Amino acid sequence: MSLPLLQLSHVSMAYHTLQGETPVLDDFSLSLHPNEFVALLGPSGCGKSTVLSLAAGLLRPDKGHILCRGNPVTAPIAHLGYMLQKDHLFPWLTVRENAALGLSVRGKPTQSQMNRIDSLLAACGLADYTNRYPSQLSGGMRQRAALIRTLAVEPDLLLLDEPFSALDAQTRLKLADEVKSRIAEQKCATLLVTHDIGEAISMADRILVLSRRPAKLLHEHLISIPGTPMQRRHDPDFTPLFDTIWKEVENYVL
Amino acid sequence: MSSESAAQRVFVQKEKGRIRFIRFVRIGILVLFLLLWELLARLSLLDSFLLSSPSRMGRTFLSLASTGELFLHIGTTLLETVIGFLLGTCLGIALATLFWWSETLSKIFDPYLVVLNALPKIALGPVLIVWIGAGMPAIILMSLLVSVIVTQVTVLNGFLSVEQDKITLLRAFGASKLQCFTRVVFPGALPVTLSALKISIGMSWVGVIVGEFLVSRAGLGYLIVYGGQVFRLDLVMMGTMVLCLLAAGMYLGVAALEKKLSARLNM
Repeated sequence: MSLPLLQLSHVSMAYHTLQGETPVLDDFSLSLHPNEFVALLGPSGCGKSTVLSLAAGLLRPDKGHILCRGNPVTAPIAHLGYMLQKDHLFPWLTVRENAALGLSVRGKPTQSQMNRIDSLLAACGLADYTNRYPSQLSGGMRQRAALIRTLAVEPDLLLLDEPFSALDAQTRLKLADEVKSRIAEQKCATLLVTHDIGEAISMADRILVLSRRPAKLLHEHLISIPGTPMQRRHDPDFTPLFDTIWKEVENYVL
Repeated sequence: MSSESAAQRVFVQKEKGRIRFIRFVRIGILVLFLLLWELLARLSLLDSFLLSSPSRMGRTFLSLASTGELFLHIGTTLLETVIGFLLGTCLGIALATLFWWSETLSKIFDPYLVVLNALPKIALGPVLIVWIGAGMPAIILMSLLVSVIVTQVTVLNGFLSVEQDKITLLRAFGASKLQCFTRVVFPGALPVTLSALKISIGMSWVGVIVGEFLVSRAGLGYLIVYGGQVFRLDLVMMGTMVLCLLAAGMYLGVAALEKKLSARLNM
C-alpha cells in the first residue's frame, strides 16, 4: 500500500487543569491513505474531536507521533479542510466571501481560484445566493456553503467533525450524498467523526470503533458496499453491518 | 398591495393610529409642562427667581447667544466631550485587545481593574488638577477616566464571547493570532463594542461636566456653576436644558451609528 497521508502512532493525550488531568486518548494509532475515507465512530465525549484537532496540528500530543506525508505535524498543514458541526459562516461576509475565507487567510485569492469557488457554488445550487448573506440561507444551504469554504483551499486532507449533526434528517441524507460526490471529485483523504452508525457505513471505506474516554481502538471494519451513501443505505449488506456495529457500540453507550 | 386582505388593512390602520397617538401625547406632555410652568410663574404661584420660567430661560438664551458667549461655552464643552469620548474609546478598545491577546496579563490586572471600575473616578478630580493643572487637559483626562474602564470591560467581554469554534476554523486555515483577531474576534464583537459606546458617551459627559465644575473658565458646566454661585437660576436652568439637548443628540448619533453598522454587518 502507498505511503499514508496521515499517520498517528501511539498517541496519548490528556487535558490538564489544576483540578487534575483527564486522559482523552490512550496509545491511539491511525493511518489514513490518500483518497481514503475513514470514519471514527464512538460515544459522545470520547475524544473523537481531539483526534481531529491533533491531525490538524491545533493540539500537540503528550506522547506519540503525528506525521503528515512523513513530516511531523506541528502547525496546521497547508491544504487542510476542516468542517465543524455548525457552519460558522461569518454573518458580515457574503456567501462568496465566506467561501473564499480559507484562501483569503493566505493572501488575496486569484481569479482562477474565485472562478473555481463560483463553479462549486453553482454546483451546490447556490449560484443565486453568492452575494447574499448567510442569514438569508436555510440550514442546509449554509452547511453547503461551509463545505465549499472547506473545499476551496483544495485540501488533500479533509477533517469532518459531525458536519451533519445540526441538520434535519432529510437534509442530512441529501447532503451526505453531495459531500461524498464532491470529495470523490476532489480526490482527498477524509477523516469523519460521527456517532451516527448509519452515516459512517454509508460514507466511509473504513470504520474505526472507539471506546469511551480515554479512547482506544475497539474494532475496525472495512466497508465493501458500493455506491452513493443513499444507495448504500438500501444495500442488503447495510443492515447486518449496522447491527454488528450497534452491538459493539451498545456496551459503551449505557 | 392588491392582495392585502381586509384584516391586514384594519390592522395597519389601527397600528398607524396608535403610533400617531403615542407621538401626539409625547409632544403634548412637553408642551403642557412648559405652558404650566410659564403660567404658574406668571401668576406668581411659583417663585421664578428660584425656578426660573421658560420665557426667562429663552431670554437668557437669546441674550447669551447674541453676544456669541453661549457658543463659546457650548463649543468648549462639546470639544472636551468628543475628545474625552474618542480617547476613552480608543484606549478602552486598545486595553481590551491587549487583555484578549494575553490572558496572563488580563489575570494580573484583573483586581486593579475591579477596584478602578468600582471607584467613583470623580474622586480623582482634585488630584488630577494638582498634577496636570487647572484647564482643559484635566477635564479631558477626567472624561477619559470615567469612560475608559466601562469600555474596556464591555469590549473585552465581547471579544471573549466570540465562539471558540470560529477561531479554531480560522486557525485550521493557517491564520495567525493577529488574523484571528482582525477577521473574527473584532468584527464578531462589534455589536457589543457599539453598544458599549452608548454607555461611555454618557460617561464622558459626566466626566466633562464634573471637570468643568471643578476648574474651568468656560463650558456649560462652568456656566451652570457660575449661575448657581451668583444666584442666576435662569442661567443654571438654561445651561441644563442646552446640556440635555446636546447629550441626547450625541447619544442618538451614536445609536444611529450602531444601527447602521449592525445592519451593514448583518448582525
